[in-house]
Formats: sequence, structure tokens, C-alpha cells
Amino acid sequence: MSKINFLKPDKSNLYTFLYLGSFLFFISVLDVLLNSFFNLDLTGFLPGFLSFLLPLILGFIGLYFIRIELSGIRQLDLLNKHINTNNFNAVLSLLIIFIILKSIPPILSWFFIDASFAGDSKDVCTGTGACWTYIKVWMRRFMYGMYPNGEQWRINLSFIALALLGSVGYFATDRFKKYLTLYYVVIYPFIAFLFIFFFISGGPVFFDFSYGIIAAILSIIIGFFIPSKFKFYYFLIVPFALYVLLKYFLFYEELIELGKLDGLNWVETGAWGGLSLTFIISFFCLIFCFPIGMAFALGRRSGFPLIRYISIGFIEFWRGVPLITVLFMSAVMFPMFLPADFFIDKLVRCIIAISLFEAAYVAEVIRGGLQALPRGQYEAAKSLGMGYWRMHIFVILPQALKLVIPGIANTFLALVKDTPLIFVVGLLEIVGMLNLAKTNPEWLGFAMEGYVFAAIIFWIICYAMSKYSYNLEQKYKTDR
Amino acid sequence: MNFKLKDIGPQLMTVIAVVLVFGFFTYNAQVNMENRGIDFGYGFLSQESSFDVQFSLIEYDGSHSYFRAYLVGLLNTILVSVIGIILATILGVLVGIARLSPNYLINKFAAFYVEFFRNIPLLLQIFFWYFAALRALPLPQDAEAMFGISFLTIKGLFVPAFIWENFNIFFYSIVAAIVAIIVIRTHAKKVQETQGKQIPVLLISIGLIFILPLLSFLIGGVRLSFEVPVLKQLATTSFIYEGGVSLPPELIALALSLSLYTATFIAECVRAGIQGVGKGQKEAAASIGLTQNQVLKLVVMPQALRIIIPPTTNQYLNLTKNSSLAAAIAYPDLVLVFAGTALMQTGKAIEIVSITMFTYLSLSISISLFMNWYNNKIAITEK
Repeated sequence: MSKINFLKPDKSNLYTFLYLGSFLFFISVLDVLLNSFFNLDLTGFLPGFLSFLLPLILGFIGLYFIRIELSGIRQLDLLNKHINTNNFNAVLSLLIIFIILKSIPPILSWFFIDASFAGDSKDVCTGTGACWTYIKVWMRRFMYGMYPNGEQWRINLSFIALALLGSVGYFATDRFKKYLTLYYVVIYPFIAFLFIFFFISGGPVFFDFSYGIIAAILSIIIGFFIPSKFKFYYFLIVPFALYVLLKYFLFYEELIELGKLDGLNWVETGAWGGLSLTFIISFFCLIFCFPIGMAFALGRRSGFPLIRYISIGFIEFWRGVPLITVLFMSAVMFPMFLPADFFIDKLVRCIIAISLFEAAYVAEVIRGGLQALPRGQYEAAKSLGMGYWRMHIFVILPQALKLVIPGIANTFLALVKDTPLIFVVGLLEIVGMLNLAKTNPEWLGFAMEGYVFAAIIFWIICYAMSKYSYNLEQKYKTDR
Repeated sequence: MNFKLKDIGPQLMTVIAVVLVFGFFTYNAQVNMENRGIDFGYGFLSQESSFDVQFSLIEYDGSHSYFRAYLVGLLNTILVSVIGIILATILGVLVGIARLSPNYLINKFAAFYVEFFRNIPLLLQIFFWYFAALRALPLPQDAEAMFGISFLTIKGLFVPAFIWENFNIFFYSIVAAIVAIIVIRTHAKKVQETQGKQIPVLLISIGLIFILPLLSFLIGGVRLSFEVPVLKQLATTSFIYEGGVSLPPELIALALSLSLYTATFIAECVRAGIQGVGKGQKEAAASIGLTQNQVLKLVVMPQALRIIIPPTTNQYLNLTKNSSLAAAIAYPDLVLVFAGTALMQTGKAIEIVSITMFTYLSLSISISLFMNWYNNKIAITEK
């Protein structure tokens, strides 16, 4: 004997309520689905207000009916536990389902269905959707800025070479593993510096660079025949001597002539731009801000009062001002502080400013890690007779840095997200290029596409970085 | 001799290095300024500025001084920061709680929001709202009224202005209500500590804050009327709303993007804070018979707030500093008005950049001092 009590769904009438509830829920979702995807209004005959709310009411009653504790049906229990714990949650769940259903069709049609991909002029963009042709036409500018089209292989080649050199760590055998830190901290940034500042820049500096490479290769080859006793002094002196010899005495005129014939053209940094500039700036600022930040973190924890106060002043100053004023300073105020004939490139000034700014944040993060270490670690290291530097390099910093991986990753993410601010000094990375392209009279009215494109790129970069930092954190996690 | 060379050496070297660097910079600055014929000084602040600012909270035009222009910029910066902080806090707390919801959909929705908005540069978001999203709004003549009184158009948001009569009486009534609430709260606390009785403070407070201002309307002669914005034709195709309060689109875009961006970080702080309260605390509270709401109000929140407040303060500071990105969309904030226009006109780079930086520095330091004080006040005093 079953009596249906509509007010109280319970286990005795499980299937009645289950069928009724899921039917109502299904109807409500179907109504919204048809409405948003096929523009069919099933409830159009009702007054407007009721027609709008009907799916919500039906869905709510449906969810109320299927909210039966310990029904014994696994899927139902999971559903109840996850989206249907009480009336309030049921309404919120329904709202979110409806929002998702409502927003999918317009987004899909804007992105893909009504969008135009073909062609290479504005005329093809007649639909209501996005105009990806615009992105396609401007792609080179968004990637390389004003860098001459014919020379862009230099940027590609440098980035590919640096990516390959950067992935060395994955292929290194155990024998070379111990040199990896040295490689990544000193050698790799140096090679990257050479590549970016000489190869991408080209011109006369490139020949300087090539002399350096020749000198380095020659001195390494000769180095094999030098007895190991003198090797240190050999490498200290000979490469530089060779470089000076090559540059000023042997082939100077000849190479200059060669350069006029088919050397690399000089591309001034003002023409660099687009996404490649974002990468260049982020890369160098990452490299520079880390050691500076570490030094100031140690300085702030130092026992010498003067060093401590100087570090506190430095850190608090940079943390207190916005980056945009720092860049303003580097643009308009910094040249006043240098001798009149002394010129520093705009890009270099930018990199210095951003590095110092982010270094203050890195310093605070590292200080947090240093403070989190128990006193015993310091005392143990000291009791082994270690001095200040040995103690920090071998005992304290490895543990402290491990602790603050998430914080450092957040600072680096902030750095990457801050790079668009260089528009202040007139350098145009990808967001700046977008704003330039937007004002082009032939391509007016496509701001949305450009920003969505840049947002996707930045989102991918930042999300990948945060996931990578999470992996790193898990990898170096040790129980303490 | 008491001191050792080992202690003095490194400090001396650092100080000498710092002094040398600063000395080098000041020497060069002097030489450069002499060469270019610029003199150093803050006298220009009282000169006539002779440039106009679109949006200003205080009365200002070109005949006012540079110092007044600085104040205009500063007030605009503070305005957008305050709006941003309020919106970001509300949104951040909601999203942070949603992140902890047992409801799978709400949880994922909040997570999606956080991951989406915090991984896109703020400047890009500001540009997006200003140049792409807000440009899709209707022109003033086509705008439909929201609730019949306010208009959201491409030229900004126009809302009615309040026109008060005897505003001071209304203001006093609110002050009186707040004072009364504080007195009742302290009294209730004392009663609870000595006699164990609970007085419904919340109900009384809500009653007071409504009834006293209402009385001021009924008895005190306070009148409130609205000045609704009215469409006005400037030229054949150009319309604008007059009357009421108008918020420029720059302010809307900036406040919107700042609060959407910062709310993601605040949400994470809130989530970490609530998760940081030990499970044992909740169980202990439940085991002595507190209800679900009492557990939340008396045990979880006071402890969670201690974890939440310091990082949230940092986010407020970041928001204030990030409001300087206003310069990119020409919202007349401190950077645009003072470090932009005023600097271009006077050429006093060192003075103006230093004033701007010092202003931000003191804003940051005052917020963090206040928050430190608050933090100390609510910190657990261990016995």
C-alpha cells in the first residue's frame, strides 16, 4: 500500500519520486537547452515573467523530489551529495547549469561558427562572429613587433637554439647532473645573453660577438693541450687576450668589409616587439631578479645593522611604489642621473627597472622561507664549523628555497603579467602591438578579437607556469 | 678597541658602495641640470597649471595651481581604489566561500573564475573592458533606463543624484545610531561575561540603524529628492545626459577590471584562511553543543580572520598600486595628471616623479600600518 506524500520524499516511495523528480528536472534542462541552442520557446504561451522562471521552478521541484538520503542507487547518491545537498544548493546548481547552457551557443558561434578565417583583407569579415583574419594578417607584428620581416629568422633561430640548450637538463646523464646547477645558473643565461643581445640585435655588435665566439672556440681547443696545473690561469687570461688580438690587430678591417657585404643588419631595440619581446624581457628579468632578491633577503636577515637597514629600505621602497612609476622613472628621470655622454638603451633600462622591482618581492618571499626554517638548522650547521657562506649555500638556502617555490612562482607569474607595462617607455610588446593595430584605419573595430587572442596566449603561458611550479613543489617536497 | 674588523668591514664596504652610487647619481644630476638650465625646486606647485582634467571630485580648471591638479589626481586614485577594494572584497569573499562549497558545480565554477582571471595580465583586462566590452554599450539616445532612473551608455553610467534638505540632521542620526550600537555591544558582552545571558545584539543593531534615520525623516524635517539624469541634445547626432551623477567609462572599466582581478587573489586568501582552521576546532565546538551558525561565528571565523587579513591587506595594497594603470586608458589618476601632463608641461622630472613615488609610498605604508594595528588587535594573546 503506497501513499504518495508530495511534501516528504522518502525511501518507501523511492521510484515514484525518482521518476517524477528526474522527469521534472529533465524537462527544465530541456527547455533551456532548446531555448538557447535552437531558439525554440516551449513555454512561450505563458506570461513572460512565468515563462522565464518556469525552468527554474520545475528544476527546483524535481531536485527536491530526488533528494532522498541513502537511496541505495549509487549515481543518485553521488548526484545528491555533489549538487543537491539542500534547497539553496539546488537553486545554485540549477542556475549554473542554465548559465552554462545559455552561454555556450553565443560563444561557440562567435568563436567558430560565424567567424571568418579565410582571406587576407577586411572584406571577408562580414559575419557577426570573430574576424580571425585580422589576427592572421597581423600575426607577424603581434609576434615580432616592428622587427623587419626578412630578419625574423634570427629571432626564431635564437629561440629554438635557446629552447634546445634549455632542455639539456632532461637529457643529461648522471655523470653530468652535478654540473647542471652551474650550467643553468651561470652558463645558460650567459649564452642566452649573447644570443639575444648580439645575434638578434646584429650589426657591429654582432661582429664583436663573433670575435668572442671565435676566441672562445680557439682557446677551448688549445686548452686541451695545456697541462691541468695551468688551466685555471690559462682560461683566465688567454680567451680575453685572443679576443683583443682578433679584434684590434688581426682581422678588423677584413671583417668590417665582410659585414658590409653580407653580414647581419643592425636592428635597434625600438623595433623589437610583440610576443618575442615579452619573452625576452621576462627571461632576463627572471634571471636577474632572483640573485638580487636573494642577496637582499640575506641582507635583511643579516646581523650587521647597517646592511640590514639598507636592505629594508631597498625592499620597502620598491614594494611601496607601483611598477608604472618605476618605469616612468627609468624613462624620464634615470637619464638625468647618468653622465651626459653615457647612453643606456631603453630596453636595458626597462629590464633593470623591472628586475629591481621584482627583486624586492622575491626578497620578501625568500625571507619567508628563511624565517620558516627552525633555528636548529642554523645551529647544526654552525656546530659543524661552517662559516656564513658555507652554511647558507649548503644547508639553509636549499631548504628555504624548496619551501618557497610557490611564492617564487607567483612572483614570476606577476612579472610575466607585468611586462605589458613597458608601453610606458614606448616599447610595444604584444598588448602594445594590439593597441597599435587597433588604431590602424584599415582594421578598425576588431579590438575584441585582438584582446581575446592575447588573453588566450597569456593564459596558456601563465597557467603552464603555475602547473609547472606545482609539479616542482611536489617533486622537491620532503617530509620534515 | 672594542670592535673587530670582521664586523665592521662588510658594513663599511656596503655603506661606501651605497654612498658612492648615490653620490655619482647626484653629481651627474647636478651637472646635467646645470647644462640644460633646469633649476631644482618645488616652487612650480603654486603656479597656474593651465590644463584641464575631464573628471574631478573637487572643483578644478586650468586656472588652479599644479598642487590642486595633484590633489585632483590623488583623489581620483583614492576613489577608484576604494570602489575597487569594496567590490573586490565582496566578490572575493563570495568566491572564496564558493570554492569550499560541497556543491561540485559551484566549486568548479569558482575555480574556473579564479584560474581564468588571475592568469591574464591586468592591463590586458583593462583594455578589454574599456576598448572592447564597454564600446558595445548603446549610445546615450538609444540607452534603455535601468529601473527607470539610471542609464548605462557608451559615455558612462548616469545615476540620479541625491538632493538633501537638512542633511546634517540625517547624518547626526546615523552617528547616534552607530554610537548606540557600540554601547549596546559592549553592554551585551559584559552581561554575557557576568551573567551568561545573551542579548540579541544583531536584531537591535539593525533596528537602530533603520529606525533612527527614519525618525529623522519623520520628525527632523529631512527631505530627500532625486535628480534624475535627463537626455539632452548637444548637436544633431550628439546626445548627453544632464543632471545626476555621471561616472565616466574609464572609471567603470578600471574599477571593474581591478576588482575582478584582485577578487581572485582575495578568494584564494579567504579559502586558505578557512581551510587553515583545524578540523579539531570545529569538532570541539560542535561537541560542546554549539549550533552550526555559532560554530561559524564564534569559532571558525575569528580564527580564520587572523589568517586571512595579512595577505588580504597585501592585495589591497596591490590594488591601490595597480590603479596607476589608469594612465593607459586616460582615467585622470595621479600618474596621468601629475606624472603625465604636469611633467610634460613643467619638465621637472625629478621633482614630479619623486612626489608621485612618495605619495604611493605613503599610501602603501599608511594602509599597511593600519592593517598591522588591526592585526595586532585581533591577534591571539597567548598566556
